[in-house]
Amino acid sequence: MRVKRILQEKEAAEQASVDLTLIDPLIEKYKSKKGNLIPILQGTQDVYGYLPEESFIKISELTGLKLSEMYGVATFYTQFRLNPVGKHIIKVCHGTACHVQNATVISEAVEDALGIKDGETTEDRMFTLESVACLGCCSLAPVMMIGDDTYGKLSGNRAVKIVKEIKIKESN
Amino acid sequence: MEKTKVLIGLASCGIAAGANKVYNELKALQEADKLDIELKKTGCIGMCYREPLVEVIDETGSYLYGEINEERAVEIFDKHLKQNIPVTDYIVKSDLFEAKDDSFWDGQVKIALRNCGVIDPENIDEYEGQGGYKALKRILDDKVSQEDVIQTVLDSGIRGRGGGGFPTGLKWRFAYKNEAETKYIICNADEGDPGAFMDRSLLEGDPHAVIEGLAIGAYAIGASEGVIYCRAEYPLAIKRLNIAIDQAKEKGFLGNDIMGVKGFNLNLYVKEGAGAFVCGEETALMASIEGERGMPRKRPPFPAEAGLWGKPSNINNVETFANIPYVLLNGAESFAKYGTEKSKGTKVFALTGKINHGGSVEVPMGVSIKDIIFKLGGGITDGKKFKAVQLGGPSGGCIPEYLADTIVDYDSVNATGAIMGSGGMVVMDETTCMVDIARFFLDFTKKESCGKCTFCRIGTKRMLEILTRITEGDGKEGDIEKLEELAYQIKDNTLCGLGQTAPNPVLTTIKYFRNEYEAHIIDKKCPAKNCKKLLTYTVDTEKCTGCTVCAKNCPTDAIDGARKEVHTIRQDACIQCGMCYSKCKFDAILLS
Repeated sequence: MRVKRILQEKEAAEQASVDLTLIDPLIEKYKSKKGNLIPILQGTQDVYGYLPEESFIKISELTGLKLSEMYGVATFYTQFRLNPVGKHIIKVCHGTACHVQNATVISEAVEDALGIKDGETTEDRMFTLESVACLGCCSLAPVMMIGDDTYGKLSGNRAVKIVKEIKIKESN
Repeated sequence: MEKTKVLIGLASCGIAAGANKVYNELKALQEADKLDIELKKTGCIGMCYREPLVEVIDETGSYLYGEINEERAVEIFDKHLKQNIPVTDYIVKSDLFEAKDDSFWDGQVKIALRNCGVIDPENIDEYEGQGGYKALKRILDDKVSQEDVIQTVLDSGIRGRGGGGFPTGLKWRFAYKNEAETKYIICNADEGDPGAFMDRSLLEGDPHAVIEGLAIGAYAIGASEGVIYCRAEYPLAIKRLNIAIDQAKEKGFLGNDIMGVKGFNLNLYVKEGAGAFVCGEETALMASIEGERGMPRKRPPFPAEAGLWGKPSNINNVETFANIPYVLLNGAESFAKYGTEKSKGTKVFALTGKINHGGSVEVPMGVSIKDIIFKLGGGITDGKKFKAVQLGGPSGGCIPEYLADTIVDYDSVNATGAIMGSGGMVVMDETTCMVDIARFFLDFTKKESCGKCTFCRIGTKRMLEILTRITEGDGKEGDIEKLEELAYQIKDNTLCGLGQTAPNPVLTTIKYFRNEYEAHIIDKKCPAKNCKKLLTYTVDTEKCTGCTVCAKNCPTDAIDGARKEVHTIRQDACIQCGMCYSKCKFDAILLS
């Protein structure tokens, strides 16, 4: 129980800093359109990097969408995140082509270097590690994507080097 | 004299390989030298294994340069573009002489990919320059009836390129016959198969072909609303589609009263998917457009009767639509002359895995898998032995080496237990473990199961548990039979295509590689030396330099040895994690 309480406090502190007015134009744009739920959630995630709990409540109040439906959709699609993420999202591809070219080694090497597991974020909120189904650059397998940049023909060492270079850039 | 053209392949994989840097370098050189050449961005040229690619077309002919970085770009600029001396070392294809990669193009026929790597996808004039929107114009100018358009598509014999293989013309006819005020035409661009990127190439390289195909389809079935459902993981494809839609609207190929034809309207927009493999299934895709969880719906009613928002809807794959303008412009026979009796035309494949020439190829139906892998694909990487090829992604199966003479058409591939699928072809060599591949796919389908049908939701999980324990050395006798029983139950008791085909990777690997399953279960060995838990790690006494790296990294301290002396691994303490193997710089850890 103790663990849970701390988590809740932490979350409350985080969410206090969320500026909900940022999504006003988005809600206005999609308010009366049919099939608007997914675009609204996508837009909200674009703003905050994840879907803060308060944003659900606000969207629900202003659009009439049901909270239960919103939560159902948000948890169904892999794109949506309910927790804050790091500044850089590292997506390691685990499509078939990358799998047969040993993508597991890439994930393990990055996990080792950052001290986090798949799906986790580093304490300094710099990196989030995710494994994804297919980035569509199969001929360059194994592949990872950081931000908008794709890196191909990786080895464990090269992947770690790329991550470390970003780390050094950020600390300067 | 025409200006020398320089084309740089800027599709996702080209960019990942550094093509943007090459483009910027050439652009800077051109501006600095004020050289009168036409520098052009284009889509996927297909030779992904030679990215970044630069094609120079001068008055003598065309020269395709492969594996170009910034330094090489400078060389090409200085020699070829300024002095007209081609840099032969980097040429991979030319129409003037034989080049080292000619075999990659042998037997390819480009219909769907006709403009990919040829035109600038962000420029509608270039598409029109290649005969684009002519098919649509001709239909409208000649007042070709809706029935005649559908009949031409039927006569061409084209079947759904997304994997189902349903005749496109027939699908259109159903949607045409259902009368309603509003009808929808939808393009399925939710290419979720891991290991497949044909649709991405097409959308990034020739978005107008897909849009023209959609417009023709809309005319044929009488749809006024159109949606392209594209996965969010393809940001470049979405960007280029949106540019193309705006351009087409401006020119009057989309919007209201298209080409001045009163009442022919098509309001087309791109809908971004949110990451769910099941949304490739048409009813799930429609649920997702409506803003719901992407769960498949019961059929009937079929989408042609009551699809999106309850209206008659028609849904086709990207590649299908890209073929349509060609068929309508050149006649059904121009397409039907390729292929086999029941599978007409060409098919795009994404060649990946342990293959020398990975990339996208378009071949006539009826070519053998062996020819695709060994002629176009250049054989297996590192001279290893070809073991199997996986077709159709998580819904498909593995075709073993001895069936490599199988030709690619819907029926021949189905007969092996695999499916044609959307065109992903992942080649595997002797180091690929077939049980692990089955486990990999089940892990995928388990994660992607929408949860609606019990047999898919729980069955795939149970199958994954069994497969995992087999790969970890805890397989029991009777596991193979259990897998088969579960597989047939899932096939028989699920609603959508995803569930019904989910067991295919397991069934085909059991069918063709049963001995590998038995080796894992009975002998506790992985013949491909892939499953870590089934390997024994020992030190090669000849190669070990005593650097101590393995001992330092061993999580269980199972490695003994002093500095500069040969190390040994205590088998009783080894947990087969593979750390020593991956850390050793001298290849001194042996696997057996």
